[in-house]
Amino acid sequence: MGSNSISKMAARHLRILSGCNGALLSVRFFSDSTLAQEPIASTAIDSASVSPSINTAENHSQLNNNKKHSAPSSLKHAELAKFSAIADTWWDSEGPYKPLHALNPTRLAFIRSTLCRHFRKDPYSARPFEGLNIVDVGCGGGILSEPLARMGATVTGIDAVEKNIKIARLHADLDPETSTIEYCCTTAEKLVEEQRKFDAVIASEVIEHVADPAEFCKSLSALTVSEGATVISTINRSMRAYATAIIAAEHILHWLPKGTHQWSSFLTPEELVLILQRASIDVKEMAGFVYNPLTGRWSLSDDISVNFIAFGTKNS
Amino acid sequence: MNRIIVGRLSVNVSGLRVLQRSFCSSVAEKASSSNSGQPSSESEVKQSFTNNDDQYDVAVVGGGMVGMALACSLASMPLTKHLSVAIIDSNPALGKSNFIKKEDPPDPRVSTVTPATISFFKEIGAWQYVQQHRHAYFDKMQVWDYTGLGYTKYNARDVNKEILGCVVENKVLHSSLLSCMQNTEFRKTIYPSRLTSMALLPSSSSISVDSTPSATTLFTKGHLAKLDLSDGKSLYAKLVVGADGGKSRVRELAGFKTTGWSYSQNAIICTVEHNKENYCAWQRFLPAGPIALLPIGDNFSNIVWTMNPKDASDCKSMNEDDFVKILNHALDYGYGPHPKSISSGSVDMFSWFRGDATLSAKECFEVPPRVVKLASERMVFPLSLKHANNYVSKRVVLIGDAAHTVHPLAGQGVNLGFGDASTLSRIIAEGIAVGADIGEVSLLKKYEAERKPANIVMMAVLDGFQKAYSVDFGPLNILRAAAFHGAQYISPLKRNIISYASGEQRLPLPLPLFT
Repeated sequence: MGSNSISKMAARHLRILSGCNGALLSVRFFSDSTLAQEPIASTAIDSASVSPSINTAENHSQLNNNKKHSAPSSLKHAELAKFSAIADTWWDSEGPYKPLHALNPTRLAFIRSTLCRHFRKDPYSARPFEGLNIVDVGCGGGILSEPLARMGATVTGIDAVEKNIKIARLHADLDPETSTIEYCCTTAEKLVEEQRKFDAVIASEVIEHVADPAEFCKSLSALTVSEGATVISTINRSMRAYATAIIAAEHILHWLPKGTHQWSSFLTPEELVLILQRASIDVKEMAGFVYNPLTGRWSLSDDISVNFIAFGTKNS
Repeated sequence: MNRIIVGRLSVNVSGLRVLQRSFCSSVAEKASSSNSGQPSSESEVKQSFTNNDDQYDVAVVGGGMVGMALACSLASMPLTKHLSVAIIDSNPALGKSNFIKKEDPPDPRVSTVTPATISFFKEIGAWQYVQQHRHAYFDKMQVWDYTGLGYTKYNARDVNKEILGCVVENKVLHSSLLSCMQNTEFRKTIYPSRLTSMALLPSSSSISVDSTPSATTLFTKGHLAKLDLSDGKSLYAKLVVGADGGKSRVRELAGFKTTGWSYSQNAIICTVEHNKENYCAWQRFLPAGPIALLPIGDNFSNIVWTMNPKDASDCKSMNEDDFVKILNHALDYGYGPHPKSISSGSVDMFSWFRGDATLSAKECFEVPPRVVKLASERMVFPLSLKHANNYVSKRVVLIGDAAHTVHPLAGQGVNLGFGDASTLSRIIAEGIAVGADIGEVSLLKKYEAERKPANIVMMAVLDGFQKAYSVDFGPLNILRAAAFHGAQYISPLKRNIISYASGEQRLPLPLPLFT
């Protein structure tokens, strides 16, 4: 499986060299679906605070070119459509996103401890991230962004699905502490083009849905300031993960809709470390999430065989 | 989707422009207009939120011992001491710092605090204030019944501790918690009135994208609970804590159902005086209910005597000397003989059970000290068992007697409440550490999952005791006697009992799965 995905990556690299816009290729399938819903102009001029250096007509034609060359992405389309369909249930903690809500405190505990240590913040403070700019890539309905904002960070949440951003904005505006979050329907690559930089870049449960993980990591790295932090959480491509995250979670327990994850898109920790290294990010810490079926709670552990989270710092 | 528009808000008209800016997708045609007015309007909107004086993080309804313990606990932890707390209680004593004079006779309303509660008080910094007033540690306890067939003596040294508990007047506990809180920079506001109604403004768990909310509804306090007070004021809070006792209004307003029954017993309490000091707690089970004698200090003791309602009102109205006589009768030879102590020479069949024998196993039966005179008025309370089926719902949580009331026979009631307060404040701190909304049900359910089983088990044990001791039936009496003997001589059992009653152990049996 490993060699297969690397050869796929190689094939895409070749296509990149043959004249397409490499940065946009990696998020090709995201922008395909958004093109279907919105006029391209609106998605380009989304973050109003950024320098308007994007030429929309140019992007439009290049994206159209990419469509013709692209590998079949019908599965990705269907996946995005699935996310769109259940977008209204993001904040229903008993709904389809229940596992993510249950996992949230655990991944936040890891993020809090690694970021506090890295940025030398007081771990006993109620708002340790005061003064930090954090971007939540693939923020969905804002489940991760809102707690980060409550911890004092200046949060920007981005997602490729328009509906998710709308939900996130509505929910965040209910609480003054989270109404300061900036939500944009855009992609990491577009933010890179806008030359945005953040102290910490977090992409949690996203990279397994991306077409080109290596390019994605390069974009995440470009968004991080030097000596900044990058946190990625995903699912391991192991037999145990197949049994747990796909068979048990999707088919038996129905925690996730069928087809949410593709086992072949999972990354092993070694692969993730490697592609992050190539993107000038040193992985410093890694932990696993373990679910206890008796108590119904997730906890951090050293077991990275199913869900794992990695914290890395950008080399200067 | 309906949103309630709360009228008393100051909404900035320029806030509308900020709202439109934040919807990235619809900004295309407004891009030019939004670029102009942004920075100032955003800061204005932020200001309108911080000017609200009636908005709190936590509203504690009920400023009694358990409610104040929660507030103190929040004040003492670094993660929670920045929270703003409103305490709603019409008791005027809360407003001023009350000085308890040393010469005051002991109040009959006392509580026995377990070692676990004492460590909780030490953690929050309130125990130093308790020590400045009258309080009595006791390290011995004797339990027996009227049949005279058996007795059990407990000693703190059986579990290598110095004390079994401490008896403190409720007013001392309460004022210690008040003093503790006043000496911190905790942002608390006391509302001297009663809660009349409570409303949860509709939340967003079912937001649908297609609705187009108006600007005002988005700036409403859609994420808060609104509390209306009897003096006309209103306040908003992220979390409402019901600490308002057995007849909790919060529990009623939030619609929590309860299970329970009233015992056909009343408890009569009073303070009495002896000629000598007493460091032991005594409890004798009589046919109508147990009588307990607890040392308060300075030769005073507290009496809690459970009996049927008619006798209780007779006891209350009879003159003092007669009452003292029947008290001594009940503690001594009334209703039945003294149990026989095992003398050291005789063969006892439990010798092979004993193993590591406890100190108190060898102790003889003692008669409690004589009551010389009555030192306070007599008060009567009805007894019942009540348990709320749920402790939490969105933005509401119950602690203390609002969640559970128990029989006083083991002095556990308020200790369960302090356990609730301690657990809830810890859960709130854990929630804040990961940036959670403290009113979220998923966070509050963690508190319920921890406290409910422990409370239910304790209630079941106490209820079991109450029922077992209220029946005078030959074989049952023998069983009870066997239980007394077992607890007296089987050391591991005794240690288990002491450790459970002291609050050191959460459940009566060591169940590794659930602790």
